[in-house]
Amino acid sequence: MMNFNIIVSVCLAYVALLFAVAFAAEKRAGRGEVGWLRSPIIYTLSLSIYCTAWTFYGAVGYAVRSGLEFVTIYLGPTLVMIGWWWLLRKLVRIGRSQRITSIADLISSRYGKSTLLGVLVTVLAVIGTTPYIALQLQSVTLSFSVFSGAGQPAGSEQQLDTALIVAAGLALFTILFGTRRLDSNERHHGVVTAIALEAVVKLLALLAVGIFVVWGVADGPADIIAKIEATRLPEWQIDAGRWATLIFLSAAAFICLPRMFHVLVVENADERHVAMASWAFPTYLFLMSLFVIPIAVVGRTVMAQGNPDLYVLTVPLALGEEGLAMLSFLGGFSSATSMVIVAAIALSTMVSNNMVLPIWLSAAQGGATVSGDVRRAVLVTRRISIAAILGLGYLYYDISGGGEALAAIGLIAFAGVAQVLPALVGGIFWRGATRVGAALGLIFGFAIWGYTLFLPSFGTSFAMTAAVLEQGLWGIDWLRPRALFGIEGLDPVVHAVLWSMAFNSLAFILGSLFSFPQPLERLQGAQIVNVYEHSRAAPGWTRSMAEAEDLLITSQRILGADDAQELFRREAGMQGKSGHYPETTPDFIEKLERELAGSVGAATAHAMISQIVGGSIVSVEDLMAVADETAQIKEYSSQLEAKSEELARTAGQLREANEKLTSLSVQKDAFLSQISHELRTPMTSIRAVSEILMSEPMSEADQAKFSKIIHEEAIRLTRLLDDLLELSVLENGQVTLNWQESILQDVLDRAISAAGSAKAERPLEIIRDSERENVAILTDADRLAQVFINLIANARKYCDADEPRLSIAVRNRGESLWVDFTDNGHGIARQNRSVIFEKFSRLPDKSQSGGAGLGLAICREIMDKLGGAISYLPGRNGAAFRVKLPVAAAKAAE
Amino acid sequence: MTRQSKPVFLERGTYRRRRMRDAAQLLPILGLLLFLVPLLWTGDPDAPATTGRGIIYVFAAWAGLIASSMLLSLWLTASRASEDEPDSDNPPQ
Repeated sequence: MMNFNIIVSVCLAYVALLFAVAFAAEKRAGRGEVGWLRSPIIYTLSLSIYCTAWTFYGAVGYAVRSGLEFVTIYLGPTLVMIGWWWLLRKLVRIGRSQRITSIADLISSRYGKSTLLGVLVTVLAVIGTTPYIALQLQSVTLSFSVFSGAGQPAGSEQQLDTALIVAAGLALFTILFGTRRLDSNERHHGVVTAIALEAVVKLLALLAVGIFVVWGVADGPADIIAKIEATRLPEWQIDAGRWATLIFLSAAAFICLPRMFHVLVVENADERHVAMASWAFPTYLFLMSLFVIPIAVVGRTVMAQGNPDLYVLTVPLALGEEGLAMLSFLGGFSSATSMVIVAAIALSTMVSNNMVLPIWLSAAQGGATVSGDVRRAVLVTRRISIAAILGLGYLYYDISGGGEALAAIGLIAFAGVAQVLPALVGGIFWRGATRVGAALGLIFGFAIWGYTLFLPSFGTSFAMTAAVLEQGLWGIDWLRPRALFGIEGLDPVVHAVLWSMAFNSLAFILGSLFSFPQPLERLQGAQIVNVYEHSRAAPGWTRSMAEAEDLLITSQRILGADDAQELFRREAGMQGKSGHYPETTPDFIEKLERELAGSVGAATAHAMISQIVGGSIVSVEDLMAVADETAQIKEYSSQLEAKSEELARTAGQLREANEKLTSLSVQKDAFLSQISHELRTPMTSIRAVSEILMSEPMSEADQAKFSKIIHEEAIRLTRLLDDLLELSVLENGQVTLNWQESILQDVLDRAISAAGSAKAERPLEIIRDSERENVAILTDADRLAQVFINLIANARKYCDADEPRLSIAVRNRGESLWVDFTDNGHGIARQNRSVIFEKFSRLPDKSQSGGAGLGLAICREIMDKLGGAISYLPGRNGAAFRVKLPVAAAKAAE
Repeated sequence: MTRQSKPVFLERGTYRRRRMRDAAQLLPILGLLLFLVPLLWTGDPDAPATTGRGIIYVFAAWAGLIASSMLLSLWLTASRASEDEPDSDNPPQ
């Protein structure tokens, strides 16, 4: 048997090595030479704290008792790592963008930086982890006792001393390297490097024992398989429920265990490291479990009796391989210590950031701006927490007295921390998850776990009486802790996991569905769920009344004077200012809050900043104001759009009117010159002829001829002036109408005969429909006839067909009577149609008929007065005019 | 000609990477199925499966998963390094 003192000195030397490595790494990182300290390999190795002493020693014992089932503890994490693209990648991204310091911080941050949830998760984690730490202490003391001469009962004086020394040593190491300084990235180079070294040691130790067992004791793998078959070690019987439950449980715990979250997310330096760890860490687990069964089988044959949990140690020892046993001992020691160190760091961070500081801040309202160095307070809190957590672990070990009860605690702790899973997964994938839902889920899950698994694990010695265990609380049968709702026959772990996770998830989902999140929660939810879209912090600060100096004072107390001043100066520089103080823009405050959150957690940082900034956290009003503003802008822009449309329309109308005016003005000019010409031509001939008459004597015949010329010209002038006069009378409404009943046919007859009298040299064929024309109408027949005369005369004058033809069609359209005048000429050009009814309009006149261009204008005025209308009909062969007579006029006559 | 053929190559590369990512996402589901297979072996009381075979099966499945995961992860990392693609779950198609 190896000398116990040698063991102690080797152990001390190993611890000294760990201290040296951690110290060197810290030094190196302090000089800024991070390099390989943050390589993916170190990251992968740091994950190995999953393999605690419980798995290093316990896996073999587990295999002896339950066969292959031990492997489920490794299969769950394997699945999580292989599925990194689903969950881990997102967790790491969130951790980096939100500066998450622990799993309690993540839950708190996701649900609106809630203090309540942070405290809840922290308490849960402490309760779940303390027994686990006790388990590590137990394994270390047990392994010591193997060397110091077996036979001492568990919980003996010497073992307790050993446990106390180990606990104190671990507390020292953790305090030294875990709380050296308050790093805003919450990374511990020294600790991680030491853990990586321990990971290598424990893997090598287990592999060495395994290789020794397979090739040293047995004759290679085939022999081992044969031995397994021969001993039928445990019967091959997988409890299906346990197998599936344990895979799920280990996967959940792998993410939710505070220490695992710490190394997976918080200590992660680069997202790409996860990609490598996704296969490298499963490989590590694979190698760790590869030789478990061989060691168990060989142990069973070599050791007739003895604790199978210690086969890894006792088998080499029994076979005289003391060096190997030494290595194995160091492996177990490494497993235990690395787990305890990281767990203590993670828990102390949670306790200080999510429990003590928020409570202290809310107790000392406004105190954050006055009192001393928060950094010191944080560090002291953490140091005390570490000591307290290890003290609790030791106490637990002392009280429980070690033994089998403690060995079972591994799975119980897993089930406890797995209660965070619904709130965690729901929080990062479901925006609808709320604080109320998360709190309810946690409370329900935790309570059921405590009632069905944790408390009964103490037997009747603590909290639970035999009566409660046997008959249920208050004697209610379906409240029996091992058979809720009267469902018996389930394995206790499966039973507890089933009910706690079911009620946890149900409460979480229902609570989320039926509660309404606060504004900050919704913002954080969106930020975290959609972390890939916008990797920036929640826009929490909408308006700022903070003084840069106050902020600097607070920041100095957390980040340290140099770092804080540097941060402020850098920010001021980025804002283009020369001094030390930047503008306290919302962007800057957000950045600062995240920087602080990296040291003291999201909830605390938020509380501190809001004390300074004046509580201008986002309120519903702010959100509504933002929404209102947006709505107003939208409204305004749509109004603008409508206005601009209207403007465009008006402009179009104006342009049209302008064109019309311009063309009218041109027409007026043309008309004036025309009318001057028209007036002047007869006047000139009258003057000339009258001069002839006056100057020289002439014959009767000549006199008569010249007189006739004068007369004709005077008539032309009179007609022109008549037209002008008539139009002006009509336009001024001075006309008196002579309403009387008449037959349309008669009016047309009169008009045709009147129009026909002029220019008889051009024959015009007129097509009529006498039957339809036989309609009685009430109108001013003379005026209507005037319109018809004008239209017929126009056709006679302007129709340019070889055989001019005018058709007069009458149609009764119910509401009005239509009289269409259509000739077979070329019609009126499109561009002229709009002006033909204007006075002074006069189309290019080929026949020089001498009209003054007033005819159609007069017609329009007359029809207007008669209550009808006259319009040009496009699309006919030739010029076509439609005279509409109101039907009232037509009917009244019937 | 080279200018025309290059985008085609890149497009194929992007496409392949997306599919590799799909594979990486499906792998844990495959793993879960593989790890649940042993549950089906317990049913036959006359010829109980032997522990030895069970061990070989579980470790073989495990090793296979690790190997596939390693290949996929190396592939994804390498292709990401060669092309700096914006990292998003829903890249513009």
